[in-house]
Amino acid sequence: MKKVVSCLLSVFLLALTIAAPAQAAVTVADNGYDWERFKGQDITLNVYNWGLYISDGSDGGMDINKEFEELTGITVNYTTYDTNESMYAKIKSGGADYDVIVPSDYMIGKMAAEGLLAKLDFDNIPNMELIGDQYKSRDYDPNNEYCVPYTWGVVGLIYNTTMVDGEIDSWDALWDEKYAGNVLMFNNSRDAFAIASKKLGLSMNPTSVEEIEQAAELLKEQKSVVQAYVMDEIFDKMEGGEAAIAPYYAGDAIIMMEENPDLAFAIPKEGTNYFVDAMCVPATSTQKEAAEMYINFMCETEVALANCEFIGYSTPQVEAEQLLPDELKNSPIMYPSAEVLENTETFNVLPDDLSAAMDEAWSEVKSYDEGGNALLVPALLVIAVVVIVVVLWRKSVKKKRNDY
Amino acid sequence: MKKMGLLSKVYMILIFSFMYVPIAVMAVFSFNESKSRSNFTGFTFDWYINLFRNDMILSALGLSLVIALVASVIATVLGTMASIGIHSMNRASRSVIMNISYLPVINPEIITGVSMMLLFVVFKNWMGGKVFGMPTLLIAHITFCVPYVIFNVSPKLRQMDVRMWEAALDLGCTPVQAFFKVVLPEIMPAVFSGFLICLTYSIDDFIISYFTSGTLQTLPIAIYSMTRKKVSPEINALSTIMFVVILSIILFVNAQDSRKQKKNSARR
Repeated sequence: MKKVVSCLLSVFLLALTIAAPAQAAVTVADNGYDWERFKGQDITLNVYNWGLYISDGSDGGMDINKEFEELTGITVNYTTYDTNESMYAKIKSGGADYDVIVPSDYMIGKMAAEGLLAKLDFDNIPNMELIGDQYKSRDYDPNNEYCVPYTWGVVGLIYNTTMVDGEIDSWDALWDEKYAGNVLMFNNSRDAFAIASKKLGLSMNPTSVEEIEQAAELLKEQKSVVQAYVMDEIFDKMEGGEAAIAPYYAGDAIIMMEENPDLAFAIPKEGTNYFVDAMCVPATSTQKEAAEMYINFMCETEVALANCEFIGYSTPQVEAEQLLPDELKNSPIMYPSAEVLENTETFNVLPDDLSAAMDEAWSEVKSYDEGGNALLVPALLVIAVVVIVVVLWRKSVKKKRNDY
Repeated sequence: MKKMGLLSKVYMILIFSFMYVPIAVMAVFSFNESKSRSNFTGFTFDWYINLFRNDMILSALGLSLVIALVASVIATVLGTMASIGIHSMNRASRSVIMNISYLPVINPEIITGVSMMLLFVVFKNWMGGKVFGMPTLLIAHITFCVPYVIFNVSPKLRQMDVRMWEAALDLGCTPVQAFFKVVLPEIMPAVFSGFLICLTYSIDDFIISYFTSGTLQTLPIAIYSMTRKKVSPEINALSTIMFVVILSIILFVNAQDSRKQKKNSARR
């Protein structure tokens, strides 16, 4: 036993020595920005970001938070979330005081309207200049007051060229009987309804319950060709060739295409969703200036580049975009042409009644079935009843026997 | 043991594969060269090396372990004291108290989590300061751990012969001495198993921690947040290490036990 323990320990120690950090420090642009004004003040910044959404040095790139700590002397407490909604719940309930958060477009609009976000002081974020103009002043923040774009992308169709005939350029492919059982679909209401609305030629920001019902009908129709409703399982299914066609985010599609060269990506002609994740400071932040410094740091060219390479999503920082390898920079997937982007829409905040209607319609879609599984529940019930009857009968037999 | 028939063998193999195949798959893919979870492309230790470089995962693990240890120690002490108190009550109040302490166990975790968060928010507004973080997380974990200790220790106390305690007092022990010399050794196995249950529940817990952790992050929360992109194989590596550690602890304890038993039976 001792031998085993010492063996394990030595392996552990070995791993630690291999894991010694080895990378160069970041160089920030020399434009007179005072990065060191908080040094020695023992400040901790609470950053709340999507999971796996920052370059952390694990692929040999830059460990951004560590670099920031070394440069400014501010400690970063970095934590992560999985959906806009769970982040919103935490901020709204007052269960946590964060200094920097990274919501998506529609959530920024919602949080700003509810007064949960602080107005940024752009004197502390001079690097906002490096953000391309096309990413500013969007609907969710028309006056550029609350957010600094972090990443962006579009939703498109990723498909396996060996399983699909010809090129695909329309959402119709997701409804095509030819691919029955080989279609994957988003497992979240907003993205799924957006696709159905676009196919119908409607806006992905519905204005009435009827529009939602129309889209829901279409989604029910689609159910017979859908293999599964997925989120991140899509990586394995598409890379492994288990499905022919699926909608997903462009940046992730590139990663899948690297794994499996048979995959291709298309942005449907009906138009698609354009999403932005942007950095904001919650109204409750007590370290607003330090938070702005962190946001500014994220927009440094080297930092934005490292992030873009790690996350795989497109960067809004123009200098970083120029430094990308040619095949990424000129990729119509990562940086679609202006005409393609012209035909895109961002999500807006839905009014409460519509968002409730959408949730309801979505669960209806998910539970809708044309036979098959519908028999499962009654069958289980019958089995349960039979078991109970048998048990009771045996008990009564035993009791009778004991009575004699 | 009787010789097993074919059917029971198949049954047993099935059950054990349900339990252990997922773990085996996870362990195998922690050595996979690519990030894929379906194709095994080549053998590598990279994910283990990366794991020890990843501050976020390591600090989340550290926090989980610290919280689990502190919370279970405190919960064990509190729970043991509570069960001794409950034990010496009369029948009616005993059953009332036992039922009350059952509630948090039966209550869905989400309700416990949300209600705790609401309570802490009230306190926060009241005191005007930052409450969320380590203290709230600890309080929450201790809260849901205490009942498990009570349910472990109470039956053992009931089994214990009261006359032992009375004898100790007769022979000149003070009540405190009698507790530590007679009662505690008698109920120690139950206390210890209560402690272990607390430890596992606390490391496991996602929902309650999620609502009460403030800006901190325990390991389950860190893992869950990766699901929008793709859960990194570093997590496979970490889970494999944890599994191996726990397995070796169990093997070690069992080996120790059987050695003791052998010695005892040899003496007889």
